[in-house]
Amino acid sequence: MKVVNTKVHSVDGLGIMKGRPAYTDDLAEKNSLIIKVMRSPHPYARIISIDDSEAKELIGVEMVLTYKDFPRVPFTRAGQGYPEPSPYDKFVLDEYVRHVGDEVLAVVAIDAKTCERALALIKVEYEVLEPILDLENAIDNKVIIHPEEEIHEKFPIGFEPKRNIAASYHMHIGDVEKTLKECDYVINETFYTQAQAHVMLEPHTVNARMDYQERLVIYSSTQTPYHMRRIISQALSIPISKIRFIKPRVGGGFGGKQQIHGEMFVAYVTYTTGKPAKMVYTRKEVFESTFSRHPMKMDVTLGADKSGKLRAIDFHVLSDTGAYGEHALTVFMVVGSKVLPLYNKVDSVKFHGDVVYTNHTPAGAFRGYGAVQGNFGLESAIDMLCEKMGVDPIKFRQVNMIKEMETSPIFSIMGEGTEGTAMDMETCKLEECVSRGMELIDWKNKYPRVDLGDKVKSVGMAIAMQGSGIPFIDMGSATIKLNDNGFYNLLIGATDIGQGSDTVLAQIAAEVLMTTVDKVIVYSSDTDITPFDCGAYASSTTYISGNAVLRAATKMKEAIVDEAARILESKPEEINYDGIIFSSKSGKSITLVDLSNEITYNHMQKQLSVTSSYVGHKSPPPFMAGFVEIDIDKETGEVDIVDYVSVVDCGTTINPLLAEGQVNGAIVQGLGMALYEDVKYTKTGKLISNSLINYKIPTRVDIKKLTTEFVDSYEKSGPFGAKSVGEIGIDTPPAALANAVYNALGIRIKKLPITPEKILLALKEKENK
Amino acid sequence: MKVKINVNQQIKVFECEAGDFLLETLRENNYLSVRRGCDTTSCGVCTVLLDGKPVPSCSLLTVKADGHEITTVEGIQAEAEKLGKHFGDEGADQCGYCNPSLALTVYAMKSELVNPTIDDIKEYLVGNLCRCTGYIAQERAILSYLGDKS
Amino acid sequence: MVASEYLRPKDFEEAYNLMIESKKNYLVAGGAWLKLSVKSAEKLISLDGLDLDKIQVNTDYIEIGSMVTLRTVEINNDIKNLYGGILSNAIHKIMGINIRNLATLGGSVMGKFAFSDIFPALLVLNTKLVFYKQGEICLEDFLANPKMAKDILTKIIIKKEPGEGFFKKVAITPLDFSVLNIAVSKNKEGFKISVGSTPYIAKLATNAMSYINNLSKITETEILKCSEMVVEELKFSKNNRGSKEYRVEIAKVYVKRGLKKVIANES
Repeated sequence: MKVVNTKVHSVDGLGIMKGRPAYTDDLAEKNSLIIKVMRSPHPYARIISIDDSEAKELIGVEMVLTYKDFPRVPFTRAGQGYPEPSPYDKFVLDEYVRHVGDEVLAVVAIDAKTCERALALIKVEYEVLEPILDLENAIDNKVIIHPEEEIHEKFPIGFEPKRNIAASYHMHIGDVEKTLKECDYVINETFYTQAQAHVMLEPHTVNARMDYQERLVIYSSTQTPYHMRRIISQALSIPISKIRFIKPRVGGGFGGKQQIHGEMFVAYVTYTTGKPAKMVYTRKEVFESTFSRHPMKMDVTLGADKSGKLRAIDFHVLSDTGAYGEHALTVFMVVGSKVLPLYNKVDSVKFHGDVVYTNHTPAGAFRGYGAVQGNFGLESAIDMLCEKMGVDPIKFRQVNMIKEMETSPIFSIMGEGTEGTAMDMETCKLEECVSRGMELIDWKNKYPRVDLGDKVKSVGMAIAMQGSGIPFIDMGSATIKLNDNGFYNLLIGATDIGQGSDTVLAQIAAEVLMTTVDKVIVYSSDTDITPFDCGAYASSTTYISGNAVLRAATKMKEAIVDEAARILESKPEEINYDGIIFSSKSGKSITLVDLSNEITYNHMQKQLSVTSSYVGHKSPPPFMAGFVEIDIDKETGEVDIVDYVSVVDCGTTINPLLAEGQVNGAIVQGLGMALYEDVKYTKTGKLISNSLINYKIPTRVDIKKLTTEFVDSYEKSGPFGAKSVGEIGIDTPPAALANAVYNALGIRIKKLPITPEKILLALKEKENK
Repeated sequence: MKVKINVNQQIKVFECEAGDFLLETLRENNYLSVRRGCDTTSCGVCTVLLDGKPVPSCSLLTVKADGHEITTVEGIQAEAEKLGKHFGDEGADQCGYCNPSLALTVYAMKSELVNPTIDDIKEYLVGNLCRCTGYIAQERAILSYLGDKS
Repeated sequence: MVASEYLRPKDFEEAYNLMIESKKNYLVAGGAWLKLSVKSAEKLISLDGLDLDKIQVNTDYIEIGSMVTLRTVEINNDIKNLYGGILSNAIHKIMGINIRNLATLGGSVMGKFAFSDIFPALLVLNTKLVFYKQGEICLEDFLANPKMAKDILTKIIIKKEPGEGFFKKVAITPLDFSVLNIAVSKNKEGFKISVGSTPYIAKLATNAMSYINNLSKITETEILKCSEMVVEELKFSKNNRGSKEYRVEIAKVYVKRGLKKVIANES
């Protein structure tokens, strides 16, 4: 391969480094009306009255929007395929506010200072209601967070709002209780994972203007422009043909921009006033009023027999979706569907539980999407089981983990919100990932620990899987057109949010067309111009959009060969093309450049343009083995991450450098979740961690070494053998770290994050016994 | 009030109010490479150079910059291009939101630190957060850039 | 920030009078903390033109103008050589380079932040503050007095003398506020020990200091006892960054390590 699997520079890095205007707010109209939202100070309250008369009198105030200004049409903010597996439980504005930071009303004015002055003049009277602030108290609590009559599910997801249940699910294979009775070793443990904030460096931003065709043109920092267009059209009753939704350069998403944020207000204001409008979230709003990771409680039961075989898994999960139910069911199901098949040879498995409403900041999509929570529970429990059995945790995994050409019945049962898709693991290099990882970290010489005096060195590991798009639901497409002078435009709906899809997809096209990336000009994510794509989530872009690009490029190559055949008076099958020149058997030839100019200007003129689509028929999982080496200070509990070794099977790496970047970036987010990131509330439901002062993410001083390798793997169903790599990296750090801490000190932390304080106090408790 | 600031070697006169911060003033005057990442001077994304030294433009009152030199990435294009090429070589470009401010800080670091160790470099740059890359590829690129005498 | 005026007084008297004129008039040093804590002000009073941005080194003292940036103090050679670089080390741990190029030593002192990393270091040095109206005040007294009258800090004076120093910041990440900060110094007169961000503002552990400075022989046992005395005499509590228990444990550990370090460095 000449372009795929080579270290091609990204198509956009240089211009971004040089500071070219590119991100959403860079493209806002200078005279945009500013929209600022008044946000609830209470975790749960009903608005009794709003007195905005003084505010409306202020010069420069365009309007004040309250719940009375919007039709009572419920929708979901989740950017998912229609019909969404998330409950339709949100109104643009409502009489009830359900978390600190929820939207009360919106002020629209000529500048930010006027908005602030207007907000200060508005008096809102609340009936403060008792909130639910603990996921374990939510079900059947006398407080009902969503009493509205109009809310509903689009298809059965276990939606029982009167019981504060947003979704629930149950599946089982075999009889877990029966199998457990036959097991020689059984463990039963409870794990907690915390809410995590994305902290993408660009806060949520959106702006809009009416163009001269009287259409609403929206620029938004989003992961799902097509879904956003549809949701806005439905919620505001604007014909979808009147909306153009463009995603400019995005400063990070990680799932945090896979939901509606300010688009609803901006669209409404511009559409009704005809004036450009914009909304830029403050960092505080990003923390309080967008989304974070679903915190969960997992009760894990494992059963194994003396021969070392894992026989039964029971996974009961309670997930906190916060005030609204975006991604409630789907994240919950991934806890099972993209974790449990790792141990596919069990006799029985049960996965069940509920997703509950609380008055916390809503939870939503976040890289890993349930797999990281589930991985923490399962991979910690596996190590605990091995300890009880007295067996080596790696040998146990090597016996019981899924292998190439095997399958798991879970694949066909559990999809994302609906039934799944059966599939064999055509590529699964977990064995190689584990053995190579052991080599790289020098496991044999460091496991379980090495005493260093004041410190102790140890290693810990975990295995993980994810998916590549959602089969039969996610669709991507690509249009390729040939220009004069022999270069192409690649128009894709696929959403580059910094993961490099523009580059990777250009590489795929260039490989097929036998050209170079600089001759494939990418334009993406504009609902008027680029063909449909579900958007950047579920690790779908390389696999789904990539396959669409592969198809389109293949069709384009056929088309240009056909033209060459016509011009050279030959047959397509007799044309030889090397990417630059077409030559016929009779010795005639024409360059691509000349051919393109001829068909544009001179003779038999036509525009060559092809569009292809792709929907996945399976979701081949990437796999990885993650190993952490730590030095723990025995007297203070402080943990140094000496190295994190990741050995990944993602099929072909279309761009090996960008793939490594995806894994490394995800590992560091996983380490943050493992070590200290924590969405924290006061006892009265206010977010303590609502600024970067109080919410810390890893710095470059914290990251000493990351060792990332990819194993040779070729997934036939993927473009040039590729699967996906966007999420897999985040799944292993929490369990790997918990296992390393246990190996070091004999203490087991089952509640994230694993802080020095938790380690030291647990150590003291152990010493006192 | 009016302030006179040398921005990228050009004397500019800006209108501003007493309590305005340089980040907003620069963006209103089309220096769009200077961006906001947070509310609390915590992320480094808004970094510009004040008389050659990295400062957070979100916390520098525009009036305090009166009579001083400000450099944005528009003012160090050749260096930014050089750093950008090294970033490309190492696959360090992801969302790019932290990149222009990082370029300015790395550029200032190049003149300020003599023979820095990798730890010196990391500590100098610690205030420039990145959420996408995991830092390792950026580090490789910055080391290559520092060693690039072309 | 909403502010009515930005004024550039020509002398201290003008600046002082503007400051005491109204509670909503603020002195502007670097401005970094001002941005975080003040939403609306009347008059902003610049200290830029008052010649407060120099470091002057005499035979016996280092005099740091209150408007010298943290970074300038950090890299100053005389500061780097003082007590093994204790103050440079402490400042180096504060946030990132961009904040240290804006924030001033005076602003950081006047902020009296309980989490501040400079106070333990300054307390174990011989540090005096100089105010426009009230003259010289020793740092300990300044920190212990919550009701000091409004005044303009002009200089921070540190005695130049040979000694060893140890500073440790315990924090979740390098960009976070301290969970705890610890400074230990030793000169020919003896040891000084200070612990801050307990979460209370840094204090000298005078009882523990008195104990260890009156010993003829110091072994592991005495060092341990001294560290225990420190946590008995100073006040510890919990906040969002840590519990009281945890802070007490790590305070003992780092006081112990600090004492050992300065003893080792001396010999």
